[in-house]
Amino acid sequence: MFGLARPRGARFALGVLAGAVATASAVALLAAAAWLIATAAEHPSLTALSVAIVATRALGVTRGVARYLERLVTHDAALRTLADVRVRVYARLAATEPVRRFRSGDLVTRLVGDTDATQDLLIRGLTPPLAALVAGAGVVTLSTIVFVPGGLVLAAGLVLGGLAVPLIAAAAGRGPGRRRTAANADLSTALVDALHGAPDLVAYGAMPAAVARIEQADAELTRVARRDAGLLGLGAGASALVAGLTLWVTLLLGVAHLGTVSLAVLVLTALAAFEIVAPLPAAAARLGAVRASGARLFDVLDTPPAVHVRAAGPVAAGAGLHIRDLRVRYAPAEPWALDGLDLDVAPGQRVAVVGPSGAGKSTLADVLLRFRDPDAGTVALDGVDLTSQEPYDTRSSISGVPQDPHVFTSTVAANLRLARVGATDAELSDVLHRVGMGSTTLDEEVGAHGARLSGGMRQRLALARALLADPRFLVLDEPTTHLDPNTARAVLDDLLAATAGRSMILVTHDLTGLDQLDEVVVVRDGRVEQRGTDAELRARPGWYSAATTLSDR
Amino acid sequence: MKPLDPRLVATTRSVRVHLVVTVACGAALTGLILLQAWLLARVISGAAAGGVTAAVGAVALVALARAALSYGAEAAALSSAAKVKSELRRRLVAHVTGPAADPVTTDAGELATLATRGLDALDDYVARYLPQLVLAVLVPVAVLVVVARADWISALVIALTVPLIPVFMALIGWHTQDRTSRQWRLLERLGGHFLDVVEGLPTLAIFRRAKAEAELIRGVTDDHRRATMGTLRVAFLSAFVLELLATIAVALVAVEVELRLLYGQLDLETALLVLILAPEAYLPLREVGARFHASMEGVAAAERVFAVLDGPGGPAPVPATPAVPAAAAEIRLRGVGLTYPGRTEPALSGVDMVLRPGTTTLVTGRSGAGKTTLLSLLLRFTDPDSGRITVGDVDLADVPAEEWRRRIAWVPQRPYLFDASVAENIRLGTTDGDVEAAARLAGAHDVIAALPDGYATRLGERGTRLSAGQRQRIALARAFLRVAATPDAIVLLDEPTAHLDPETTALIRTAVARLLEGRTGVIVAHDAGWSMLSDEVVALPGCQESHFAGTSRQESGFAVIGGGAP
Repeated sequence: MFGLARPRGARFALGVLAGAVATASAVALLAAAAWLIATAAEHPSLTALSVAIVATRALGVTRGVARYLERLVTHDAALRTLADVRVRVYARLAATEPVRRFRSGDLVTRLVGDTDATQDLLIRGLTPPLAALVAGAGVVTLSTIVFVPGGLVLAAGLVLGGLAVPLIAAAAGRGPGRRRTAANADLSTALVDALHGAPDLVAYGAMPAAVARIEQADAELTRVARRDAGLLGLGAGASALVAGLTLWVTLLLGVAHLGTVSLAVLVLTALAAFEIVAPLPAAAARLGAVRASGARLFDVLDTPPAVHVRAAGPVAAGAGLHIRDLRVRYAPAEPWALDGLDLDVAPGQRVAVVGPSGAGKSTLADVLLRFRDPDAGTVALDGVDLTSQEPYDTRSSISGVPQDPHVFTSTVAANLRLARVGATDAELSDVLHRVGMGSTTLDEEVGAHGARLSGGMRQRLALARALLADPRFLVLDEPTTHLDPNTARAVLDDLLAATAGRSMILVTHDLTGLDQLDEVVVVRDGRVEQRGTDAELRARPGWYSAATTLSDR
Repeated sequence: MKPLDPRLVATTRSVRVHLVVTVACGAALTGLILLQAWLLARVISGAAAGGVTAAVGAVALVALARAALSYGAEAAALSSAAKVKSELRRRLVAHVTGPAADPVTTDAGELATLATRGLDALDDYVARYLPQLVLAVLVPVAVLVVVARADWISALVIALTVPLIPVFMALIGWHTQDRTSRQWRLLERLGGHFLDVVEGLPTLAIFRRAKAEAELIRGVTDDHRRATMGTLRVAFLSAFVLELLATIAVALVAVEVELRLLYGQLDLETALLVLILAPEAYLPLREVGARFHASMEGVAAAERVFAVLDGPGGPAPVPATPAVPAAAAEIRLRGVGLTYPGRTEPALSGVDMVLRPGTTTLVTGRSGAGKTTLLSLLLRFTDPDSGRITVGDVDLADVPAEEWRRRIAWVPQRPYLFDASVAENIRLGTTDGDVEAAARLAGAHDVIAALPDGYATRLGERGTRLSAGQRQRIALARAFLRVAATPDAIVLLDEPTAHLDPETTALIRTAVARLLEGRTGVIVAHDAGWSMLSDEVVALPGCQESHFAGTSRQESGFAVIGGGAP
């Protein structure tokens, strides 16, 4: 994880140095002041002290300036590293396109959280220990010059207090940490159940029981937290003990062997030195928390690409889309999602792909949009084997509306220009008209995830994007899902009007309005079960006639 | 935002004992620091000539005592933080789950986060900030008293410089706050960009923009860095001034003491005592400054909790004259309207409707026409703010809500399933009744029997094990169990088959027909496909399909279109 910070090494080194100077000058200030006072007690001339007086004042200023510099430099370096890490994670995602991961919003949110956690790690986990090491070495050297055993005692004390205590505390905290995580998860589940399920619970009078469950989980969490408090208290006590005993041993040795001036410098150095290691227990605790997020991040960086470019095989010749014996499954042990599917779409033909949920409809859309490799069989557009092309190249001829199209937090125009960079405002307005969004202004902000648009408008915007991209072949994966029936029907009508004369596959679970398409293909269990026009299929016994009868009732 | 919110401080009253322990430990630690400084000054200056061994031994004892007190302070502080969080959480939960809260409009996701991670931010406030605030007053005064007894001139220097710290902090905070809050929105927008782009990657890929976007990420992250650094340069100034003031003040004291020492106006022991104690006077104030920002997150979380506690919720007002309506009475809505708090457009207005015993009414209308609100009113999740609902000759508002709901069998549009067994999900707390019979009536038995452990199968978080159609049948089984206990229950159905495939829809319609048989029922649905099962159809005229989500609740009155199929 720290390897990610290497390109910004020089900046981090400056930050470490500034941090070391800041803490060391605080110690040095007290040491210099001690020397000054102890020497002054011997009544020398003022000139003998003037250097130390200046040094004391200078150290007073240095500390503040160095601390300010350290904070700025390390934050800047961490934010620069964050840019590197984000670009790297994104580039890897763009190269591998693990689309299944994207179907779970939680995974994406967590991935982004893990990426952004590197910043925190670098600021709190990397620089403080290194700065403590440098400052500690400097202070120990100073003490050793004054009195060798005193330097050794201080070194031992700092290692104990700065390394042993934090590490032992972090290790001891791991078990309780897990217990706390478990208790937290129980509480979360109880809360989420009671709050999200509140209507059901209230309507059926079960809320008091749900609240009792929350209170039980809360009691357990509080019990665990209070036991942890004791453990964390022990860590604080141990730190204080190490610091106090170091001071005592220093005093014990110094009194026997040193004069007043050296003793004053040595003891006051030991007194102030533990400020150097003060931030380390927090840093050690953070390292443990960050380990899991680092592991998840590297898991993403190590993911192999979802699709590969293969040597072109023999494929069906001729214009249009030709799918032969297509087989796909998600893992070797799983059943086939597509199990020998054959499908032809002639140029200019519009085909609806329907079927029960789990039949393989969306898997087919994923293969066509090159989010997934076929395990067997061929897919050819106008005589070219799709798997012999880079996905980037395939998508210049096949594009459309993916499942759950993303609307970016920006303007309507910016969301449209994704599909055609450099499109004029007139072109954008024209395409908005074609999808029934004529009254929308181009510089309208759509909000996060397009939250300021209604569901129907979000789907229309996605459709407008697909039309603007103007591919030879359109793939629309459930463009009317999550819409109420009236809106779905209105969107479908606009969609069909705007795509007249184009080659298109419309994947849908909604069986209304399909009479306007050239052909309907029923997919069940990964195979084409029936095909024909809407009228033909309604007349023929089978899944389609049964399903349309039910939905028209 | 107030650093000492009176209500938050009032909440910490329950942990007063713990806080007293924390502060007492802190005060005792201060005493030990003073003692240690005195011992060190005596030993180093040679003033303890006779009792050096005793003085050095005392330093060891001080070390042991400090360790013990550090343990006590830390443990007590963290323990009180846990207790305060627990108390606030319980109050929050009791309030938002209370009968007076509308379970439908509750923002469940935000509340769940607030009650867990949100409240964790209070750790810093309770365990660190509050005790430190007390010490920030206590310690400088104690140090001043001791230093003043030894050397009043040094005490004067400290007394004059210590107050500068809060003054400068306030001045800087006042100056930077405006600038920081202006930057905040820009930061938020730039900060959200990466998540937006990663979430939209499949969409970008389709339009061949995925790779081009990588450079944009670098550009935006760099903009974010520049904006952040601009804010930080100012924000770190307060810490800078704090450190500078504290160290320069110590340096001032050191030099002043040294000069007077040089001219014999002061002895070494006093000088050392002053030197060792001077930094201690500034330390607690610096700590308060360092804890300030972290603790303010806790205060913000607590303020959100109090805002929720001020909102609707808690125990229901007891009706002045609790009434029990007759079973199977006519339900009449007269001029019923409701505007949700914080909205200007009514969700319902001027609804007149009669639900006759033993008949089913179908309520249709577009999204946002207020269909679900109508069911909320009938369930008493919320009460109308205009008009009246009467049951027979009793005003519904006079019927205790829990009593009333016992007479309702409700099937929501998206039933919530719990991470519990299927049987528990159907029972929802009731102990009697035949679960399997209810499941059979709902057409759910075959689905349940096919699960690995049948009725004992755990459904996983939010019932993810089941499809939408299967969940709907579990919800129907709940309703069947309710009507088995209360045969004349009123049946309320909210979009029972929205987004389901045709086969499942048919299965559910059959079960619903069985459920409605001979009972008073209300079905809310987009389409008129349910009219076969209804005696009367009421259309709520919603607005046209809206362009913007914010306006989807707009509507303009109601019209009862009248009877449908007999």
